[in-house]
Amino acid sequence: MWKWLHPYAKAERAYQLCNTLLPYFVVVSVLCIVVGWVWGLAYAPADYQQKDSYRIIFIHVPSAILSMGAYSSMAIAAIIALVWQLRNAELAVIAIAPVGAAMTAIALITGSAWGKPMWGAWWVWDARLTSELILLFLYLGVLSLFHAFEDKKAGGKAACILAIVGVVNLPIIHFSVEWWNTLHQGGAITKFDTSAIDPSMLWPLLINILGFAALVGMLTLIRLKNEIIQVEKHRPWVRQLVSRG
Amino acid sequence: MQFESFSDFIAMGGYGFYVWLSFGSCAVIILGLLFGSLYEGKQLKQQVKSQMAREERIKKAKEMEAQV
Amino acid sequence: MQVSNSYWTLFCSVYKKDVTLAFRQRAEIVNPLLFFLIVITLFPLAIGPEPGLLARMAPGIIWVAALLSTMLGLDKIFRDDYMDGSLEQLIASPYPLPLAVLAKVAAHWTTAGLPMVVMAPVFSMLMNLESQALGATILTLLIGTPLLSFIGAIGAGLTVGLQKGGILMSLLVLPLYIPVLIFATSAIDTSIMSLAYSGQLAILGAMLAVALVAAPIAISSALRVSVS
Repeated sequence: MWKWLHPYAKAERAYQLCNTLLPYFVVVSVLCIVVGWVWGLAYAPADYQQKDSYRIIFIHVPSAILSMGAYSSMAIAAIIALVWQLRNAELAVIAIAPVGAAMTAIALITGSAWGKPMWGAWWVWDARLTSELILLFLYLGVLSLFHAFEDKKAGGKAACILAIVGVVNLPIIHFSVEWWNTLHQGGAITKFDTSAIDPSMLWPLLINILGFAALVGMLTLIRLKNEIIQVEKHRPWVRQLVSRG
Repeated sequence: MQFESFSDFIAMGGYGFYVWLSFGSCAVIILGLLFGSLYEGKQLKQQVKSQMAREERIKKAKEMEAQV
Repeated sequence: MQVSNSYWTLFCSVYKKDVTLAFRQRAEIVNPLLFFLIVITLFPLAIGPEPGLLARMAPGIIWVAALLSTMLGLDKIFRDDYMDGSLEQLIASPYPLPLAVLAKVAAHWTTAGLPMVVMAPVFSMLMNLESQALGATILTLLIGTPLLSFIGAIGAGLTVGLQKGGILMSLLVLPLYIPVLIFATSAIDTSIMSLAYSGQLAILGAMLAVALVAAPIAISSALRVSVS
């Protein structure tokens, strides 16, 4: 595997890989999100309890899942960056962080827009909302730490360390907040067969989750390409690329 | 189709404001990030290009000097 | 000299140096305590002086004040050594950096955390905290403040090389303090209801044990990044 992976440590190869992968992510995310949104908004049946307000679930749940997924992939990239000293993994950490922060922000906004009609308040200090808010703080911490450094190389390393510290703490924070207060409805799709949610609603939700996952991948790839160019801007291959395109 | 008419679809059974607020802000954030990133990339490439042009000019100026 | 012996000497000398420095400039010890006191004074003024209300809010207020006042000293924990270059010497020395870091964190706790534990009875009196909760307050502060020093030192290590590290450090560190806050205040709350609070203390102790092992490593790698 190392033999196969090793060439991608070179920035140029990584850039080319981004370019080859990008179209697939674009197609999957656009297709799934368009289908998922239209299906979710117009064709899925209304919930008997929450009526049409439940349709927020089609973006709330995917963005919440992806906010945590993006954090764990950021932490994995950070571990790779620190252990094997791969510059590209460091860049990936910096590329994922804003995307994850955006997902977290979406989860928070949609959560409070859903909470207003359901709980009667924009913001409830419930366990999941609170840990999502803390997750947003962690993302913003990684980003602002990176941008505070003049030397981007040191900034990238520092951001990696903070991401790892955060991922160690995240379960503790999540568990403690959960234990501190729980008002939120439990997870609805923990198991497929005993799912608490009707298939007519589950399918658009799954499609949306897939679409959001591809979207996160797509945005990360776009940002990663930028970061690679930023770092390698004095290299001949970047110059060739620029003068060609 | 769950809704009788387009205005029903917009109203979302009375929850229109919340539903459209969520979907709207979601779209705004995603599109903002997408176009921001694309613009940033374009800007970066432009920077590299102008840097190259600058070096070219300096090289030419030096050649002129050498000729004189 | 024996190796284990010299490790112990390193720990002691770093610890002694930091504590002595702090005691020379007494403001470093007194100011966080004064800050703690002032924050606690502000709360009754802001929310009203009813004893019942204050007693209900006391655990939270004491702990939030403790969080904020440990933040005050954190900025200095590596800054001076970074400025005069002795941090670089420590990194370059053949001794394990985590050990020196451990000594520095211990010194920070002795000068910032320990005085708060000692003064805790006074503060809980000011907040009308019920007497049966006093033991819990002291115990949670005793276990919790070293934890705060450890977590905070990670943030301090990451930001030591930056010009305006202070505010950024609080942004990085405060979210990580949340579990400590939750379990400590819940222990005090439980003790007010005269229930057993050993569970919360055990969790705090477990977190301290993890921090004792893992934090020095994280702090030293953060320092290596900042100094290089």
